Order: sequence, then structure tokens, then C-alpha cells
Amino acid sequence: MADKSSSNAYWAANVRIILISLAVWFACSFGLGIILRPALKGIMVGGADLGFWFAQNGSIYVFLVLIFAYAARMNKLDKEHGVDE
Amino acid sequence: MDQFTLNLIVVGITFAIYIGIAIWARAGSTAEFYAAGQGVNPIMNGMATGADWMSAASFISMAGIIALAPAGGYQQSAFLMGWTGGYVLLALLLAPYLRKFGKFTVPEFIGDRFYSTTARLVAVICLIVISVTYVIGQMRGVGVTFSRFLEVSTDMGLYIGAAIVFAYAVLGGMKGITYTQVAQYIVLIIAYTIPAIFISLALTGNFFPQLGLIGSYAPSNGEISMLAKLDSLVTELGFTAYTAETSNMFNMILFTMALMIGTAGLPHVIIRFFTVPKVADARSSAGWALVFIALLYTVAPAVGAMARLNLTTTFWPGAVTGPALSAPALSIADIESKPELSWINTWKATGLLNFEDRNGDGMIQYFNEPAAVAAANKAVADAQKALAEAAADADKAPLEAAVTEAQAAQAAALAEAKLGDKSLAELGLVGNELTKVDNDIMVLANPEIAALPGWVVALVAAGGLAAALSTAAGLLLAISSAISHDLIKGALNPNISEKGELLAARISMAVAIGVATWLGLNPPGFAAQVVALAFGLAAATIFPALMMGIFSKRINKEGAILGMLAGLVFTAVYIFLYLGWFFIPGTNVYANTPANHFFGISPLSIGTIGALVNFGVAWIVSMATKAPPREVVDLVESIRIPRGAGKAQAH
Repeated sequence: MADKSSSNAYWAANVRIILISLAVWFACSFGLGIILRPALKGIMVGGADLGFWFAQNGSIYVFLVLIFAYAARMNKLDKEHGVDE
Repeated sequence: MDQFTLNLIVVGITFAIYIGIAIWARAGSTAEFYAAGQGVNPIMNGMATGADWMSAASFISMAGIIALAPAGGYQQSAFLMGWTGGYVLLALLLAPYLRKFGKFTVPEFIGDRFYSTTARLVAVICLIVISVTYVIGQMRGVGVTFSRFLEVSTDMGLYIGAAIVFAYAVLGGMKGITYTQVAQYIVLIIAYTIPAIFISLALTGNFFPQLGLIGSYAPSNGEISMLAKLDSLVTELGFTAYTAETSNMFNMILFTMALMIGTAGLPHVIIRFFTVPKVADARSSAGWALVFIALLYTVAPAVGAMARLNLTTTFWPGAVTGPALSAPALSIADIESKPELSWINTWKATGLLNFEDRNGDGMIQYFNEPAAVAAANKAVADAQKALAEAAADADKAPLEAAVTEAQAAQAAALAEAKLGDKSLAELGLVGNELTKVDNDIMVLANPEIAALPGWVVALVAAGGLAAALSTAAGLLLAISSAISHDLIKGALNPNISEKGELLAARISMAVAIGVATWLGLNPPGFAAQVVALAFGLAAATIFPALMMGIFSKRINKEGAILGMLAGLVFTAVYIFLYLGWFFIPGTNVYANTPANHFFGISPLSIGTIGALVNFGVAWIVSMATKAPPREVVDLVESIRIPRGAGKAQAH
């Protein structure tokens, strides 16, 4: 295991990545899909309004990209801090 | 070849594959039985997680739940976001750390992290309540699918399904289950998407149903979108618009959140991430799981919307090109004579669909019956029943007067209620004549509605069985490993040998299958409600305990135990207040209607608040009591570092 200060820095960076990812997670589902839907009624994605599309399809695509982006970012972080396997 | 033989062949082939895999993937050690030797490729594990996760409810019911919701299809988006967004939480907050921990069960982590056998046993109780309630529905799903497609009784279907699960789960444990689930995933996703693609092509000209959902309606030559067409038809018939705003945004947010954290807290999903070789694999495997889940979940809303549109245009032939009421409704003569409509009578025979020519005009009018009309119709029926049942020598004059009065009220209600710009009385309507449309029909009858070949129908039967069997197996493994590993090895007999524990695991599995089969044969009357309990409890107990165990070094055993108990009791009591104590009908304190809910929070959504209660209690109690010992802090530090997971093995 890496030394104490390095592992603290690793954990702080990890938590930062998690918080940014959670912000995206919240924004696409609860934000665009539910809370902002009435305000964004005029914007259309094909035949659906933006909020409807995010609630039924769009948020799922964002979730997918989000998990793989998180995994890639973490793999890089693991290497930088020498904690990968 | 007739449909029955075809169903038998396709289902028979899939079952032969599952048994073959069971024999090939026998488990030789507890590591293989509990965690497939921690050597499963992350993509394979993602596929297995997809099958594990997508139950009979996802496969058979979800599209219909969205399509037929009285409040409109948009409000049901909570299921779509909730059952997928939970994987983000799993990938970010739980899976990598629990994999690094490197042991076999969820209660084991809780017991070690909170240095307490009590905490472990509380987690075992939560796990068993969650998983048993969940497995009842799966066993029912197996029985029902068998009886619809293979002409055996529901009970017989259940025995066959239980025997198949027994073969590969008892023999192979997690290893057998994982590789069978991969095969089951392939069967169920093909079965789901093929009818969806054909229907999307027919209605919107788009090959991909996801594009069909936002595409334009083909018979209108692209002048109107599919969703706008659906909205205009259902509102014309008196239903809430399909894309209508939610009536209670706060509750929709809480419900979505409860499903998300409930998903992340379901033990049978979490243990899937113990099977991959490395921490990095646990992260990507959650992504792969979501890829395979999204293949179905992005198609489901399209299936729902298009099936609703198909249903409406079937019963109102004029709706294809104009308003629904621009042409007469579907006639009974057509249902009896036209081969492309034979599915209506096929499914009427199963009780999932029913119609009744209430105004005697030889046609079936499908519309939303206004509440006032429904009440007036019921009053007339009741008055007529009272008159018919009166004794021969009784004074019938007041009863006859009551009938006349009720009929006058009915006539007034029919003259009052409007469909389009005419009243029901002017249209000659008495009430909605499509008297029953079950949610399940939207998927099960889809291939027949779209006039697809017989082998597609057979595939849907095999897909429904694959979805139910794979989820049942995952749940049964979670239950049996909690019993053999956490209860027997962890608490009752810590000195049990590896061989003895493997035998105990197999016996627990066999007993769990027996109990699940018995519950499937004698389902408690509340099978539908208990799913709410399963998600609510997972959200309020296991998810917060795991998250605090990883992200805090300060939460101690007192905090964790009291937090879990507080979340458990709070959530269960709120649900019982509306659904009856222990779901016994008639014992509920309040009627389960939105007007009665505290702050408009439905029992389905309460898990979110339960989780907050758990976090709050755990934090306050931990601050007031002693910090965890040094070795526990070291454990938390070690699970936060990925390196070394491959070697971590627990015996």
C-alpha cells in the first residue's frame, strides 16, 4: 500500500470524482427528467419534449456514459497513485 | 406445426441449454459456490447481472405499467430512471469497495465493518425479508408463464420451474447461476426486442424502437409525431394525456430516489459484483450490467406507447387516419371473423382481456368511463339486483321506484358526460366496453397483435421464463449464502469445514427453493404490495449501512445497528399504516389514497425518507458513543485502495 499522505490524496481525488459524477447523475434524471420538465416544455427531441425524453430514454444513456467515464477516470487515478493492480 | 408444439420446442431447447450449463459449471468450493471463484469476466458478469436484475415484472409487466397508467405514461418514468440510475450508485458508491473487501455476502461486510455479530444478524434478517418477498413474485411468474403458453396448470408450471432452478443452483451455486444467466439474458433480450422492432417499423418506420418513440406516426405520412398522435387519441377518449405532467412532482422525485437506492441496496444485485477478479472490473462491470439492462429499458417505453396506440386503433379503426370517433368502433362480428383479430378472443380466454357489449349495438367502444357515470351505472345494477332478489310476497313498489330513480340519475349522468363535443347519451354509449386490459398483455400479446410468426410467440414464452428463472436463482443464492455463510458459519458453528459449509450451502439452497415453491403455490394475498416493501427496506436498511461503512470511519456498531433498525421500523410501519399490519387486509389505519398520505408521500416512496432516518440515527448515535477500534479504521482504509483485491480471499 502507498504511504499515508499519498493514500489520503488518492481518496480525496476519488471523492471529488464521485461528487462530480453524482451531480451529473442528479441533473439528467431528477433535474431534466422531472424538476425542469415544465420549464423546458418548448424544446423538442424528435416527437417528445426534452423532459419526457430524458425521463424515458435520455437519462439512461447519460447513466451509461457516466459509469464508463467514471471507471476510466478512476483507472487513471489508480495508476497515478500506484494503487492499480 | 401448431403454436403449442412450437412453444414446447423452443422452451424445451432453452431448458436443455440451462441444464447443460449446470453440469458443465459445477461448483467445487465455497468460493465457487458463493462468488463463482471471483473469476468472471466483467462483460459476462454484466450480462448475468442484467438477467439477474430483470425479473418477470421487468419483462412481462413494465411496458404495460407505463402504457396503461391512469395518470399517463410519463409519471411511470420513475421505474425507468429508478431501476437504471441505481447502477450509477452501485458503481460509484458500493461495488468497487465491496469487491476489494473480498468476501462473499452483504451481511459479512456489515458484520466485519461494524465489528458485531448483532449487526451481521440484523443484516441477515433484512436480507431474508427483502429476498423472500421478491422471490414469491418470480415463482408466480414462472407458474403463470407456463400455464399460458404450455397448457399446464399454474401449479404444475411452478414445479417444473422449481426443478430446473434446483438443478443448476444447487449443483453450480453462483458459478452455475452466472453462466446460466448469461444464456437466459440472450434469450430474454431477443424475445423482447424482436416484436418491438417489428412494431416500431410498422408504426413509425424506424428500425430502432428508441427512435420510434420520438419518431413520426407512419400512417400520417410524417405529419404528426407518434406521441402527439397517441396524446390526441387518448385525450379524445377521455383518458389523461400520455405525456401529461405529473400531478405530484415531490412524490415522483421520492419514488424515483427510493427505486434507485433500493436497487443499489438489493443483496442479490450486490453479490454479483463479488464475482469479478479486480476492483477495476467491479466498476466497469456495473457499466456493462447497465448496457445490457438499458437494451431492454430503453425499448420498454417504446413498447408501452406503441402498444397503447395499437390497442386504441384496434378498437377504433377510424383512429388510424383521423380522430377515434370519426368511424364506428370495432364490431364483434369482426373480432369473431377476422384472423388478424383472433388474438382478442385468445387472450379473453386467459382472463387478461375482457369486453362486454353493454349498449347492445354489436360494437365494442373503448373509452375512459367518467366516475359519475360509473357510479350511476352501479346504482342501477344494485337497485335492479335488490328488486330481483326481493321475496315474492314483498311489497315491490318502493324497489321499483328505486330502480326508476336510479335509471333517471343514470340518464342524467350520460347526458352530462361528454366524449369529444357530444354527450354519451347522444353517442348511444352506456359505459366503457373494453372492461379489462391487464398490464401483462402489452408484452405477452405483442407478437400476435403485430401478426408476427409463431416462433416469435414461442420466443416470448421462453423469454418470460428466462427472466423469472434467472431472478429467482439470484435471489435464492443470496438467501442460501446468508444462511450457510452468515448464520451457520458466522454465528452458529464457526469451525465448520469448507466441505461442510459447501454441503450446508447446498442444503440451504434446496430448502430455500422448497420454501419459495410453497409460497408460490400459496401466495399471500399481498404479492403485489410486497415489492414496495422489498425496495423500501433495501433503501432504508442495507444501502445506508453499506455506504456509511465505506465513506465514514466514525460510524460505529451502535450507530449502524440502531440506524438499520430505525430505517426498518420506520419504513415498515409507514407501509403497514396504508396497506395493513403485515399486509393483512382490513387492518390498515388509513385508506391508501393520495389525500391521506403524509405530505403526499405514497408508501412506495417512503424508502427515501427511511434511508434519511437511518443516516440520521446512525450519525447521532455514533457521535454519542465510542469511536470504532483501530483495526476497523484500518479495514476501511484498506477497502478504499484497489490494490490487492485479487489476492484477498476469505476462508
